[in-house]
Amino acid sequence: MSHMEQPSERPGDGIDPRGPNVPHFARLFAIWLLATAIVEPVLYFLVWPHIPPGTMTDAARGAQFDALVLTMTAAPVVIAVLEYYLYAMIVWHQKKGEPPEDGPPIWGHVGIQAGWIAITSAIVMGAFVFGTYELINTSGAGGGEGPSPIWTPAATKNMLTVQVIGQQWLWTYRYPQFGGFETPDLILPNHTKIAFHVTSLDVIHDFWAYQLGVKADANPNVDNVAFATTNETGRFTVRCDELCGIWHGAMYNYGYIVSPTAFYKWATSTEKKLAPLTKTLPKFAWTYNPSANGAGGGYYPSTDPFYEVYKYEYGSSGREGNLPAVHIKSFGWKPSQAGAHHVRER
Amino acid sequence: MTATTMELGAGTTGYRPTATRLAHPWFSLNVITAFLGAAAGYGIGHWIGNYIASNYAVVQSTGQNNVAVVLALFFGVLGFIVGIGGLNYPILKMFGYQPEERAPVEDWTKYFRFSTDHKVVGKQYLVGVIGMFFIGGLFAMAIRTELTNPTTHFFAPDIYLQIVSEHGTIMMMMATSLVVGPLGNFLIPLMIGSRRMAFPRLEAISFWIFLCGLMVILTALPLGGFDTGWTGYAPLQTEAAPGMDAYLVGFGTIGTGMILNGFNQIVTIVNYRAPGMRWSRLPIFVWSMLATSFLLTLATPVLFVAGWFGVLDRTAQTAFYVNTHGGSSYLWENLFWFFGHPEVYIMAIPGFGLVGEMLPVFTRKPLFAYRVGAAGMFGVALLSFFVWQHHLFVSGINPDMRPVFMLTTELISIPTGFIYLIGMGTLWRAKIRFTVPMMFCLAMYFNFLIGGITGVYNSDVPVDVTIHGSFFVMAHFHYTIMGGLLFAFFGAVYYYTPLLTGKMLNNTLAKIHFWWMFIAFNFTFFPLFIVGFLGMPRRVFEYAPRLQVLNDWASASAYMLGMSFLVFAVNFVWSVWVDPKPAPANPWQSLGLEWQLPAYKMPWYNFERLPIILSDPYHYGEREALPVAHLQGVLALAGAGAGGGLAPVGAVGPDPGPEISPPRGEAEREDPRPE
Repeated sequence: MSHMEQPSERPGDGIDPRGPNVPHFARLFAIWLLATAIVEPVLYFLVWPHIPPGTMTDAARGAQFDALVLTMTAAPVVIAVLEYYLYAMIVWHQKKGEPPEDGPPIWGHVGIQAGWIAITSAIVMGAFVFGTYELINTSGAGGGEGPSPIWTPAATKNMLTVQVIGQQWLWTYRYPQFGGFETPDLILPNHTKIAFHVTSLDVIHDFWAYQLGVKADANPNVDNVAFATTNETGRFTVRCDELCGIWHGAMYNYGYIVSPTAFYKWATSTEKKLAPLTKTLPKFAWTYNPSANGAGGGYYPSTDPFYEVYKYEYGSSGREGNLPAVHIKSFGWKPSQAGAHHVRER
Repeated sequence: MTATTMELGAGTTGYRPTATRLAHPWFSLNVITAFLGAAAGYGIGHWIGNYIASNYAVVQSTGQNNVAVVLALFFGVLGFIVGIGGLNYPILKMFGYQPEERAPVEDWTKYFRFSTDHKVVGKQYLVGVIGMFFIGGLFAMAIRTELTNPTTHFFAPDIYLQIVSEHGTIMMMMATSLVVGPLGNFLIPLMIGSRRMAFPRLEAISFWIFLCGLMVILTALPLGGFDTGWTGYAPLQTEAAPGMDAYLVGFGTIGTGMILNGFNQIVTIVNYRAPGMRWSRLPIFVWSMLATSFLLTLATPVLFVAGWFGVLDRTAQTAFYVNTHGGSSYLWENLFWFFGHPEVYIMAIPGFGLVGEMLPVFTRKPLFAYRVGAAGMFGVALLSFFVWQHHLFVSGINPDMRPVFMLTTELISIPTGFIYLIGMGTLWRAKIRFTVPMMFCLAMYFNFLIGGITGVYNSDVPVDVTIHGSFFVMAHFHYTIMGGLLFAFFGAVYYYTPLLTGKMLNNTLAKIHFWWMFIAFNFTFFPLFIVGFLGMPRRVFEYAPRLQVLNDWASASAYMLGMSFLVFAVNFVWSVWVDPKPAPANPWQSLGLEWQLPAYKMPWYNFERLPIILSDPYHYGEREALPVAHLQGVLALAGAGAGGGLAPVGAVGPDPGPEISPPRGEAEREDPRPE
């Protein structure tokens, strides 16, 4: 601090590099414009084709394009903020060796504040409008729309219905248009509208056909519908995306999109092959009661805990009528006394 | 006789509780009796539960049933609170006694007792949240260890899920109180010129309940853990092992503490401001605490109710969440996220407040657009109640509401953007001092930018269909909560340690900690965005082999991130206890009221005299500005008959009192950064 350095003045640069006369804003804007001009084409031409989830279906393609639009909108914002912070750190810091001093007391600036709010609001509204357009345009964007979907494909005439059944820890698929056979293989025809009807037999799972851009929760007793139109043949991954118990991490398999003829051949032959098995399945329905097909979960005790008391009092036939209203044994009374009391009262 | 008791003896008028040293400190209630109470309560509860519901054994003839577990945990918590002395006051009042108000005992044992001194509670919370953070962090290390290989396992799948669930739940519980607990309780009275919190007993009990919540959630492990993650989705919750009861009771417990703490802080901020502390002079951190407290008070009851339904489903065999019996698994999802989304702003807004509080000090400028900043926090808080279904975009619920929730979610980025507006405006032509707290603030802006922008991806339904429930979401909220809140918190710990402890932390170690943590954090979580986008769901123990490189990179970085906190721990222990360096008064030359007090040696009622607030604490660069407060306060005026402390704002009494703003002469200025 003893030797105070004067700000070095180069010829032709008579202004303090940190003073109020420096055109900070113009500098920042120029740097921002340059960086944005470089980044945006890179995103559009080089990054876009690689954005997940690819282009296997219209839903996936829509999600990919949407992600591109968001990225191209976000990039200038990110560039502006990062650039500003870096600039501030480089230009506006307390120099070593200079006496510590305070900055100028700037409390606010109505124009900047209003402009900030206007710009952020415009970006947000733009993102909302575009996102909604993409959501509706691609019939729900491949997301589960519940039992009564409101964004459906325009023509549903040749739509293939696939029921996706989640259970701990396995996906199976039923094809109601082919006799309702059930199979662990997910085979889909190309260039076809697909309606996935996702349901569960036990807990909440989530059907995530990654490359198809389809994701729908599998809720017990709920028929959750998602749409996608296939575009390319190939293999795709199916994963469970909602924690469903200890083997959640192992609950995945693969599906295939094949040509329509190959699909038809596979479906009809499988229908025929599995026909004896299909007869033993519960009748095709949009949801299933777990206890109906013997796949009851362990939510409730499999035996009635009152049964021992009940049998003691009323005999195993249980013809005496209603169960006692209170679990009398728990309160330490002898069942016989309590029962007698119960009977007497009647 | 210690300093405080001498001061208490000094006979000035005003709020002076009798200072009575406890006659037998070792026989009075403390944390040991609390644990005894907890053990007794646990036993009693378990016995009652087995007595009334032994037929509902989870496994036949084990004597373990959900009723017993729930009651054991409930009575255990109750026993702990009774054992610490938390219910002494109401119990004595119930029997007609007038309990005596006591100053805290003077020795170190006050930190292990039921203390109603907000500064003691703040420090208790500080140790509590950091301890909880370290426990949760160890679970995170275990998660990353399991994910080093896509198919070879370190843990069995159920153990892995228990680890994941414990990590998530502990961290969420910790993060809700991370700032509100320690810094909120410690700083609010000092910042608003109050001698105490409005409800000191509620404040104290909220800390001990918080501690109980942590212990309850850890009891899940010996009970078989719970495999639902911190979200606890319902049909899985209903069928889960008894560890699930610990989750439900634990959230209920910690929720109670959150409600009490939030309520206390709202009342304190509204009613306990010193004369002259207008709303327009409130420090921005207090604004953030007010917004957060409203969220705590209004959102947490929903979680409490949701947990209570869950407990009933598991014990009384109700069917709130069972679809086949008339309930709905969507009910839990709705209730949980109706709490859960305000919850994430409970974990973001305090970070905004801390950064807003520290930036002016280290840029030497007023806070830019102060009102916009405060409005932004309240805008975020308000909107956060209208966005919860964006967690359920693919659940099949209400498809027609999707655009609405997409809109509300994206609208939140407008008030969140205000935080960047105040930050960038404050940096404009500033004189930045690159102290460690300032570096943490700048890092918070960097991290939260990434976290916030990726949040827009999540809010956009078509993109969310791909990234929902994937590692992308996981990386997103680690960027906002850890990158935002935790960076702000550690910045604040370095900033406020001189005030809390009277010691300076070692600056070199602090800088090492900062850079280590900042780099390791970004190395850990940035690749996980890509991993998620490439198709890796959360909470899986097996993943596609093509993702192994990125996962291994993240795991290695996570170990580094974990180790960075050891630097902090060593620094803290070394600088505060082993080789303490006394901190100068107001080492950062802040104008904040809290820094005008004699750090660490202030009496337990904070202010000798209630201060009169003269201005907001951001008048940097204005040499003619009034000091932030007149510390001689209302008592001088009261003596002159002004009465009640309602002196006209801005009026300086006949005796202006000593200059309390930091001296601005150059000779007095020293480098605030310790060596």
